[in-house]
Amino acid sequence: MILEVRDLTKIFGGLKAIEEVSFKVKQGIILSVIGPNGAGKTTLFNCLTGVLSSTRGRVLFEGADATNKRAHEITAKGVARTFQNIRVFGSMTVLENVMIGQHLRSKEGLFTAILGTDTFRKEEDEIRSKALEYLEFAGIQDYADTLAENLPYGDQKRLEIARALATEPKLLLLDEPAAGMNPQETWELMELIKRIREWGKTVIIIEHDMKVVMGISDRIIVLDHGVKIAEGTPDEIRNNPYVIEAYLGKEEVG
Amino acid sequence: MFLQQIINGLTVGGVYALIALGYTLVYGILELINFAHGEIYMIGAYLGIIFIGIFTAVGLTQYSLFLSLFLTFIMSVLVCSAYGFTVEKLAYKPLRNAPRLNPLISAIGVSIFLQNYVMLTQGATDKVFPHVLPVTIIEFYNVTMTTLQLFIIIVSLLLMAGLHLFIMKTKTGKAMRATAQDKVMASLLGINIDRIISVTFVIGSGLAAVAGLMVAMYYGLVNYSIGYIAGIKAFTAAVLGGIGSIPGAMIGGLVLGLIESLGAGYLSSEYKDAYAFIVLIVILLIKPTGLLGKTEGGRS
Repeated sequence: MILEVRDLTKIFGGLKAIEEVSFKVKQGIILSVIGPNGAGKTTLFNCLTGVLSSTRGRVLFEGADATNKRAHEITAKGVARTFQNIRVFGSMTVLENVMIGQHLRSKEGLFTAILGTDTFRKEEDEIRSKALEYLEFAGIQDYADTLAENLPYGDQKRLEIARALATEPKLLLLDEPAAGMNPQETWELMELIKRIREWGKTVIIIEHDMKVVMGISDRIIVLDHGVKIAEGTPDEIRNNPYVIEAYLGKEEVG
Repeated sequence: MFLQQIINGLTVGGVYALIALGYTLVYGILELINFAHGEIYMIGAYLGIIFIGIFTAVGLTQYSLFLSLFLTFIMSVLVCSAYGFTVEKLAYKPLRNAPRLNPLISAIGVSIFLQNYVMLTQGATDKVFPHVLPVTIIEFYNVTMTTLQLFIIIVSLLLMAGLHLFIMKTKTGKAMRATAQDKVMASLLGINIDRIISVTFVIGSGLAAVAGLMVAMYYGLVNYSIGYIAGIKAFTAAVLGGIGSIPGAMIGGLVLGLIESLGAGYLSSEYKDAYAFIVLIVILLIKPTGLLGKTEGGRS
């Protein structure tokens, strides 16, 4: 198990955003988290990555306690994420964005940087070439020297994935990666996520697009009003009466 | 006359720019106007007098003026950086998640505290920077310039260039830029935000120490209240350039220095201090984001 969540609860004031959510994630799979708006999906991601601290419950990453650790510590353990909205560093180049992610794994010290020693230059070159590899993996290597804010929307989303991968995570959390994408971009994104899995990484995604969810997930968990109401393979979820009532039912009407 | 005022303007402008960088660095990352920053500059000036006094007493200044000045700079920078580091940990960090007005009030409190602390320990009267420097005057095209002015201009420009390289090229510099744009995202990429904030205060305070020490050498007199007016002028410089923008603070400082000395030269030196604030008012009216500032919508 790469991730184990036990009775995780987050209360905002009087509102239970997530309530005693438990699940386990096997290494190397794609797990989708679905549920209507306000079901607590993003809150779950925030609690897992240290953006918010949970009220109760435990999070185990590779068997070790990772409950309410600070965000940069969780990243160092090997968890990376993207957000629903675009959060690239707009005034930096695409390459610099990815280099920031890569820096965590380098040992460059302040001293060597100021003295500009050979070790520093070698390290910088290594970081640069590795960052370029991630850009290539995400298919945006041609934009390396463009300012991130000037990229088209779909490519900014790819940049966020490349940057998250640059932190060398074992577990990647993607929050609505397909939101706002056209069908072509969505299809390319699904291919990209599958390649990330083939690379041996575990992926958890929050997604509303059922084609994406059913197309790439190995397992699915369903949240509704902060409670996990179902878990299973895509086929099991499709036929689960609770899910149809809470989620898919509304979709069909809409 | 014109060239003479330019030289004078660049001298004070370089000093303003060094202090303004401290305001803009902290604002860029915490969106806090660190009103105690002028006091760090003032402490830097006092430390210059203290350390050069110590080095003279032990005979180092007589042995090598260069070495004792060099060590005075290093020691002032180190001690001021420690002050900046401590102020952030004690007065701002506990208020990190409080409403924005709270750290601002805390900053004003720190400023008042530091002024009175220095007044009590160093006395309320002016202190004199010892006359250890030989005054050499360089003359060209009817312009006179002291070696000290040349030194101040060169040191300011070198430090600005060094800071620019640091911010653009190093890992910590990039982490600072990332943190300034989006703290949560930066921490999710493995950047320790607390460390970056500390580094920011240490760098800003170190620059202020150099500025304070150079001003102490330039004017020869230091008082516990000099941080107030210098701080406000440097803040004006930072706003003029666009608060949060590093090149903006550099340009803002130099421009403000030039405006002041040209104003003093051609209009009246009586109103020298007023020019800075006239500039501030005009900037706030015409372009509130400053020369190089981003619009509010630009930050997320």
